[in-house]
Amino acid sequence: MSVPHLIVHDKEDNVGVVVVEGVEAGNDLFCVVTEDNSDFTIKTNHDIPIGHKVALQDFKEGDTVIKYGEDIGKIVQDVAKGDHIHTHNLKTKRW
Amino acid sequence: MSNLDSFFGFRRENNRVGVRNYVAILPVDDISNAACEAVANNIKGTIALPHSYGRLQFGEDLDLHFRTIIGTGANPNVAACIVIGIEPDWTKKIVDGIAETGKPVAGFSIEQHGDIATIAAASHKAKEFVHMKSGLLREECDISELWVATKCGESDTTSGLAACPAVGNMYDKWIPKGIYGCFGETTEITGGEHLCKERAISPEIGEKFMATWQAYQDEVVEPYKTSDLSDSQPTKGNIAGGLTTIEEKALGNLQKIGKEVKYIDVLGPAEAPKSGPGLYFMDTSSAAAECNTIQAAAGYVVHCFPTGQGNIIGNPIMPVIKITGNPRTVRTMGEHIDVDVSGIVKREMSMSEAGDKLMECIIRTANGTLTAAEALGHVEFVMTKLYRSA
Repeated sequence: MSVPHLIVHDKEDNVGVVVVEGVEAGNDLFCVVTEDNSDFTIKTNHDIPIGHKVALQDFKEGDTVIKYGEDIGKIVQDVAKGDHIHTHNLKTKRW
Repeated sequence: MSNLDSFFGFRRENNRVGVRNYVAILPVDDISNAACEAVANNIKGTIALPHSYGRLQFGEDLDLHFRTIIGTGANPNVAACIVIGIEPDWTKKIVDGIAETGKPVAGFSIEQHGDIATIAAASHKAKEFVHMKSGLLREECDISELWVATKCGESDTTSGLAACPAVGNMYDKWIPKGIYGCFGETTEITGGEHLCKERAISPEIGEKFMATWQAYQDEVVEPYKTSDLSDSQPTKGNIAGGLTTIEEKALGNLQKIGKEVKYIDVLGPAEAPKSGPGLYFMDTSSAAAECNTIQAAAGYVVHCFPTGQGNIIGNPIMPVIKITGNPRTVRTMGEHIDVDVSGIVKREMSMSEAGDKLMECIIRTANGTLTAAEALGHVEFVMTKLYRSA
């Protein structure tokens, strides 16, 4: 199996994690889903550091982000598929 | 026995098994640090454990202080102890607590003697203890005699993908063989508390966990938070590594308890397990040095510490094994890493292979091989403080 650029924990997750260095805007990322070893590709819209998240779908403000099949917070500004998701557009629902 | 079923350790008077063989020089209080460090400087093969507290504490906070110092001295990685305090009463309380294990321990107090006479007397005793401990031999012990704690730090998204589940894989394989395990980090369960509750052995223990978790929210987070805990949870390092919310961090953190095992009880800070072999949740801070210090004080002898961005923590008496799944961290600060599981994110290594690699490292460490943190001199020893002193 070729080395993945992006790993997704669960089938129902709507974000994945970049696991290689040097991802740049416009790259086609090879993605693997840990749960069932399925794969797909996605084009990223931003330079994204290793460890950071990529949107697997479009999001509207208020939408819930799912990772590990669980709620990890809410979107606070609209996001397009392939965008970088981090503290600027995703916030905790706690505290 | 196969090579993952036994290790060579030091059997102590109370039948617990240690993997290190220290003579610890323990200060009762902050002002006795200097004398302890002087004794450790005089007598080779001893280690002083300076800290910042021990004066004017009271109530539950004082109980935790005593439990931490006594537990540290009682830990089977310690062969013998010197205890030095400013006055004799609290010094004797700690000596008596450690003496319950049956190990050699002697107390010294400074008032009416001064530092120099105290250091001289304690140094003579420490020298006796060093001769005694350096003659002890390791013996082969079943894996069930190993107590292995865990906590993660400077986590990033690779922690949840690789390093934390590798620890979980180890617990899934070794808890059924009879080891003692321990996880904690009360605040960092936030966002995954419902999942943690479900991993209790019974509904009663699940409720005990929830009461512990809720108490921290009510007693600390609510009164002291500003807007939220975003400046601390996730940490700046977590955020640099791609973690965005406490929920995301919690879900990665909880990978450390594997897929199968259930925790059998909930421990207070530094409380020794009393319900037999199995996995325990301990109410701890999520700050690495505080958490590791009270896990060691509860009797754990080896620690598995997954990191993403590269936490460098160690402990003076308990070897701390670093595991990372982040290939950049392996490249940039590999001297801190004991177990590289970055093969998981490259799909070159299965989770079971990663668990086995960690278990092999734990056995080597238990047998005496130094961890990266030990070789680099990391001896962080930090008390958990519950409230201001009187």
